[in-house]
Amino acid sequence: MTLVRDDLASLEAGLDALETTAEPRRSRLRAYASATWPPLLALLLLVAAWQALYSSGVKEPYQLPSPLDVWTALKETATSGDLAEGVFNSLRRGGLGFLASVALGTPLGLLLARVRPVRRMFGPLISGLQSLPSVAWVPAAIIWFGLSDAAIYAVVLLGAVPSIANGMVSGIDQVPPLYQRVGRVLGARGLTAARFVLLPAAMPGYVAGLRQGWAFSWRSLMAAELIAYSPELGLGLGQLLERGRQLSDMALVFSGILAILFVGIAVELCVFAPLERRVLRRRGLLQW
Amino acid sequence: MTLLQDTAAPLATAAVSLRHVTKRFGAGPNVLDDVSLDVAEGEFLCLLGASGCGKSTLLAILAGLDAPTTGTVAVPGGRPALMFQEPALFPWLTASQNIELALRLNGTRGKQARRDRAGELLDLVRLHDAGTKRVHELSGGMRQRVAMARALAQDSRVLLMDEPFAALDAITRDVLHEELVRIRREQDLTVVFVTHNVREAVRLGDRVALLSSRPGRVAKQYDVQIAQPRRIESPEVAALSVAITDDLRAEIRRHADAA
Repeated sequence: MTLVRDDLASLEAGLDALETTAEPRRSRLRAYASATWPPLLALLLLVAAWQALYSSGVKEPYQLPSPLDVWTALKETATSGDLAEGVFNSLRRGGLGFLASVALGTPLGLLLARVRPVRRMFGPLISGLQSLPSVAWVPAAIIWFGLSDAAIYAVVLLGAVPSIANGMVSGIDQVPPLYQRVGRVLGARGLTAARFVLLPAAMPGYVAGLRQGWAFSWRSLMAAELIAYSPELGLGLGQLLERGRQLSDMALVFSGILAILFVGIAVELCVFAPLERRVLRRRGLLQW
Repeated sequence: MTLLQDTAAPLATAAVSLRHVTKRFGAGPNVLDDVSLDVAEGEFLCLLGASGCGKSTLLAILAGLDAPTTGTVAVPGGRPALMFQEPALFPWLTASQNIELALRLNGTRGKQARRDRAGELLDLVRLHDAGTKRVHELSGGMRQRVAMARALAQDSRVLLMDEPFAALDAITRDVLHEELVRIRREQDLTVVFVTHNVREAVRLGDRVALLSSRPGRVAKQYDVQIAQPRRIESPEVAALSVAITDDLRAEIRRHADAA
């Protein structure tokens, strides 16, 4: 009539085996390889279209240089050291600005998410600031801080802090209330609950906010560097671009745009995409 | 195995004791109305009732997540453990880490000590190989067993369960009933188990308390004098289930008259 204990153990083991399917593990290398070739193909097609446009002569060569001209210009700025200096300066400013934005935006987001009066007063303003193009801050920043690094950092912060804070807020809003109840049952209150339950649970939204925050930092930085052009500032990619415009050197302008684009993509691919994938994969929200 | 006791007299060795507990939210009607209940140490009490009987509210009060409007609650053994209908494991942790976190919040010192204890608890729910698995890699029944191990990690003598098997398929549920009876016997736990499944209540409980709805009151209590181990299909379980179901239906019909 009844089950003996060993029977129960084997019954349970059988049930567990039936109900869990081994996840097919794709090799990482292969996954990366299959993700890499379609964008490369697209790139090739774009360059071909560009070359075709150039050869058709719809625009004068000084307005539309050929891919080869741009490549040559890029190589020249690379050999003169200007490219490396520009990339280095811009990355330094973007990186420091981003880190400062994280340091400011994270507690601000926590405050907005957890303190209702703060949320009601400043929530709409912070969301609204996200849609304000940060280039709008450049004149104000120059008047406040002059043509200095401080002006550039101010613009970067004003661009990135709101989106990082908003990421934190939406991350926390999406935490299932049940998790917090479980935390309380297990004896976690206040800061302990925040550390062990709330913050880890809010990670996916927060990481999405960081990613967007970086994009905003980088864009704001370029806007600031383009306008805040002065020899004392040191050469950034934005300034490189501005120099090309002043010299009416379209090939240099194009190489500046390409360098900005590639640095942005590289940071995205090397930092934020793996970070986000890691957070999501842990939670079973991503297949590979 | 059946516990016989006089349910009318207050118990000297109650693990859980409710006296004239009333609960309402804001200015609303009473959700619980003058509920007095004792659960003896080592007893398995099933709370049974239709929707609106305040079962979950009662458990939340016992767990200390909510306070009664009037009346007193005593859980001498300290904060009880609570299991929900969903396993509610934290998806950013492995099965073992979920248990280790409970141990840590419970004041267990030393990483290695916590890891060892988590291993023991996983053994207890027969998941010794699942410690490194992520939550999404476990089946529903396995998740609920990890949740049980996490609840046991609180080292409380009292385990509160809020329809913990309601979302599982019938086969898994049957196996987990068996598991729960075994673990409760081995760990000598006091269990308060909320369900709306009459057979489940009779299958598991030493005593079944039928709650009326709107407001929640203890309408009737039954001592289940069927020897463990029981089977949910057995004629004895079926017979008592029929009797309780009739009473439950009578309780529900009263609301048709009222409306």
